[in-house]
Amino acid sequence: MSYLPHTLDDLRIMLATIGVKDIESLFSEIPEDCRLRRPLDIAGPLDEISLTAHMEMLASGTISTSQAACFLGGGAYDHFVPAVVDHLASRGEFYTSYTPYQAEASQGNLQVYFEYQSLIANLTGMEVSNMSLYDGGSAAAEAVLMSLSVSSKRRVVISSTVHPEYREVVKTYCANLGVEIVTVPSNNGVVDPQELQKIVDGDTACVLLQQPNFFGSIERLEELTSIAHAAGAIVAVSVDPVSLGILKRPGDCGVDLVIAEGQCLGNHLAYGGPYLGILACRESFLRRMPGRLAGQTTDRRGNRCWVLTLQTREQHIRREKATSNVCTNQGLLALRSAIHLAVLGPEGLREVAESCLAKAAYAKQRLTATARLTSAFDSAFFKEFVVRDACGAPGSLVADLLDAGYLAGVPLGQWYPELDDCLLVAVTEKRTRTQIDGLAAAVDFISTSKVSHARHAVHEASV
Amino acid sequence: MRDTQSTKLLSELSRPGRRGAKIGPLDVPAVNIREKIPAYALADAPLPLPELSELDVVRHFTNLSTLNMSVDSHFYPLGSCTMKYNPKRNERLASLPGLLALHPYQPEESLQGMLRALWELQGMLAEIAGLHAVSLQPAAGAQGELTALLVAAAYFKDRNEDRTNVLVPTSAHGTNPASAAMAGFKAIGIESDREGMIDLNDLDRKLDEKTAVLMITNPNTLGLFEHQICEVAKRVHDAGGLLYLDGANMNAILGIARPGDFGADMMHYNPHKTFSGPHGGGGPGAGPIAVREMLEPYLPTPRVVKRGETYSLDWKKPKTIGRVRSFFGNVGILIRAYAYILSHGGEGLADVSRYAVLNANYLLAKLRDVLPVPFSKGCLHEFVGSASELKSERGISAMDLAKRLLDYGFHAPTVYFPLTVKEAVMIEPTETESRETLDAFADAMRTILSEPVELVQSAPHSSSVNRPDEVRAAKEQHLAWSDLSVTASKESIGPVSPSVASAGERA
Repeated sequence: MSYLPHTLDDLRIMLATIGVKDIESLFSEIPEDCRLRRPLDIAGPLDEISLTAHMEMLASGTISTSQAACFLGGGAYDHFVPAVVDHLASRGEFYTSYTPYQAEASQGNLQVYFEYQSLIANLTGMEVSNMSLYDGGSAAAEAVLMSLSVSSKRRVVISSTVHPEYREVVKTYCANLGVEIVTVPSNNGVVDPQELQKIVDGDTACVLLQQPNFFGSIERLEELTSIAHAAGAIVAVSVDPVSLGILKRPGDCGVDLVIAEGQCLGNHLAYGGPYLGILACRESFLRRMPGRLAGQTTDRRGNRCWVLTLQTREQHIRREKATSNVCTNQGLLALRSAIHLAVLGPEGLREVAESCLAKAAYAKQRLTATARLTSAFDSAFFKEFVVRDACGAPGSLVADLLDAGYLAGVPLGQWYPELDDCLLVAVTEKRTRTQIDGLAAAVDFISTSKVSHARHAVHEASV
Repeated sequence: MRDTQSTKLLSELSRPGRRGAKIGPLDVPAVNIREKIPAYALADAPLPLPELSELDVVRHFTNLSTLNMSVDSHFYPLGSCTMKYNPKRNERLASLPGLLALHPYQPEESLQGMLRALWELQGMLAEIAGLHAVSLQPAAGAQGELTALLVAAAYFKDRNEDRTNVLVPTSAHGTNPASAAMAGFKAIGIESDREGMIDLNDLDRKLDEKTAVLMITNPNTLGLFEHQICEVAKRVHDAGGLLYLDGANMNAILGIARPGDFGADMMHYNPHKTFSGPHGGGGPGAGPIAVREMLEPYLPTPRVVKRGETYSLDWKKPKTIGRVRSFFGNVGILIRAYAYILSHGGEGLADVSRYAVLNANYLLAKLRDVLPVPFSKGCLHEFVGSASELKSERGISAMDLAKRLLDYGFHAPTVYFPLTVKEAVMIEPTETESRETLDAFADAMRTILSEPVELVQSAPHSSSVNRPDEVRAAKEQHLAWSDLSVTASKESIGPVSPSVASAGERA
C-alpha cells in the first residue's frame, strides 16, 4: 500500500504496546453479524503509473474547453484563470489544512478569509460577507432561509429570470417548511416592474432576483428593489461578480442580501464543482447569517490577528437552533477568488468585464446575421444572450457545432418550454474574434448542409 | 526570517495605479458602454478593490501560507476530521484538462470519460456502504445529511405517514440536529449510556409513530462501535422509522463492516475525510449519499446511468426531491475520491481502516495513563480523552493542552467535542502516520504534563500570535477592512477601445 508507512517491525512493536496479537483483535467489539467477511468488490489496487494511464484514458474520452471553443454559460463560465491562482492555491499549507479552529495554527487561512470577506463586501457594496457557502444555488436557498427567519413571513417571490437550478434548490430546501413560492413572469427577457408590483405583498418575506439575469439581460434592479421594499419585503439578488467590473453594485441599488456563484473568480469549470457560494448582507442581518465568519481582534501580546467569530450562530454550538447546518464550506475556492481579485484589481476586473461586453456584443451581431439564428430578446445584455433557432432544433445544432469544434450554447427548452427553440450563448474575455467568426460560419455551413438535416431529423426523433 | 511587510492586509499594500493582471487589446470592435448598458445599471464609481503587482500578490499569499499548520507540514490529529495524507497524484490527475476543463452543460457525448468515472464511483460507494443507490450531488457532509432527510420526508409523505421527529444522540455532530431542523423535522436528543453507547431505554422512550429517522454515527464520536447497532436498527424499523448513518467515521470500517449490513437505510460519505480529498482550509468537501432501494426514487437528479456502452444523465425521476445545489456536484473532490479508491482496491481499503485503527490504539496505549479516556479500553480510528482531572487538579484545560502542543510542532486535537465528555480531547491519528510520529506526539504530551502550569497556560509561545481575544472579536464584529489605506484614483468608465491595456499601464 502506497500510503501506509508501517514496517513489519513497526507492526510487531505496536501490537505489543497495545497488548494484542493481531490487528483483527482490535475489531473484536464489532459483532460478527455486522462484519463483512469478503473483500469489497472494487477494482484495483492501481499503482501510480497504471492509475495515471487509466485517468488519462478517461480524460481522453471527453472534449474539454481546451479543445473546443466554449460558448457555454448559464452560471458557469470559461473565464481566464491566471497561473498565479493555481500556483498559490496549490501550496500544501493552504490545501492540506482544515477549518481554522486553532487560530494560532491557522493565521494564514484566517487572514485570507478576512481578506476574502473584505473583497466580497467591497465588490458587492455590502457590509458583511461570510467565509463562503457551497455554490450559487445553495447560497440562494440560504438567502431565502435567512429572509424567512428575519421576517417571520412565509411567502417567497422569485423571478423566472433567476437561474432555474437555483430556483429548484430553493424549492427543495423549502419543501417542508410551509413556504409559498411565487414566480414572477418575464417579458422580453427581463422582469416587468409592474408584474412584480402585482405579485409582491405585505406577506412576502423576500424577493429573489438575478442581475444580469439567467438570459444575460440587465434588470432594472434599483426599481425592482424599491417596489419590493415598498411592500416590506427583503430583496436578495444573485449577481455575476465579473459584471461588477462595469455594473452598479447591488449594495448601491439598495438590496439587502447578495448571493453569487464565485466560480468565475479564478475557479475552474470542473464539470460543475467544487464552486464557490458567495453570500453578503447588510449588517442588520448578521446574526441570522449562515456559515463561518473570520473576525479581526488582538492577541495577548496586543498583536492584530484573526479568529473564527460569532460562532454561536453555528451548528456546532447551537445545534438544531443554528442559522444553518453548513460546516465544511469552500475555503480553498474562497482563497482562489481572493487571489484572483487581488491580482486583477479594480482595473483588471473592469477590463475583463468590458472585454466580455464587447465580445458578446460582437458575437450576437455575428450569430444573428446567420440565416438560422435570430435574437430572442432586445433587452440590454452583458456577456450572455439568447438566440432563436429558425429550424427549431437547437439540440441538433449544438451537436453539429460540437462536431465542428464548438461548445456552442445551452438549449433553454429544458427549463423554459416556451423557449424550446432557443440557445443561451455566453462569451468571455477568452473567446477570440476568430472563434466567434468560426462559430458563425459553422452555423451557416450546418444550416446549408444536407447531411445536417438528416442528422437533425434523427437527433430530434431520439429526444 | 518572517516577512511582516508582505503579510500586511491587501488593503494596506495597495497603491493607486499599481497593476497585476492585464487584459490585452480587443480583437473585436470596441463598444460604447453607455450605449450597451442602461444608465440605471451602470457603476458610477470605480470598485474599491486593492491595487497590487503580481509579485505583491505572490509574496503576500506565500508568506501567509507559512502561518498555517497543514497535513503536508505537520501531524494534524484533529479528531473527527480524518486528516490523512492527501496523495499528490490525485491532485495531478484531477487537474487533467479532460477532467477539469469541462463545462457542466456540455453535451453528454462530449463527457463520456467523466460520466464513466462518476458512474463507477456511484457503484463503488454503493458497494462500500452495502446500499443500493448513490447520489453524488451533495456538496458536503452536512448537505448530504439534509438531502437524505429530505429524501426520508418525501418517502413518508408518499406513504401518507405523518412523521415529524428525527432522533439524534447527544454525542452527535452538531450538523445532525441542524440538518433535521432545516429539513422541517423536530430534533430530539437521545442520551448515551454509561459505556458511551446509545441508551436503548432512552431510545425506547422516544421512538414512536412520529419517528421518521434515527441519525446515528457509527463508529460514534467516541471512536467506539455501537455494538448494539443491529438491535437499534430493529427497534427503529419496528417503529416504522429509518436509520441514517453519519459516515464521518467511515475511515474505521472500510471493508470491515457495511452500514447497509448493520441496518442503516441511508448514509452520507465525507470523501474529503475518508477518501483523502484535501480539506482546503475548510472545504471543499463533498457529501454523496447512499440509500436502500425503496428510497432511490426520491434521490436528487440527475444521476449517471449506463445504457449499453453509453453513459448519460438520468433526469426521469418523477418522485425526486429535486436539486440541493446547482450543476452535478463537487466533481473535483469526487474524482480525487475515485482515484484514491482505485489506488487501493477492495482489500486495500480494508487495510486503510485496519491501520487507522492500529494507529489510534497505539496512541491510546501510549497516552492513557496520562490522559484518562473515560469510555473505553480500546477504540477504533480515534479516541476521546478528558482533561477534566487535569483541569481540576492542576488548572490545565483541554485548550491549554491543545495550545501547548502547537509549540511542539503538532496541530492540536479536536477539543470540547463531543459534548458528552468534559474537557474532551479527541485524537484521530489516521493510517498514514508513522510510528515515529506517533511516538513523538505521545512524548510531547507527556512532557507537557510535566511542565510548569504557567508555561502550559500561556502557550503557544512559538506561534506568530498567542490566544486571540475571541470576546473582543465577537463584540467588535470587525469582519472586513474598513477602507483601502490609500484612496484609489480612477478615471471614469468610458468606451472600450483597443488601447484599454495601454491605458491601464499609465502607472
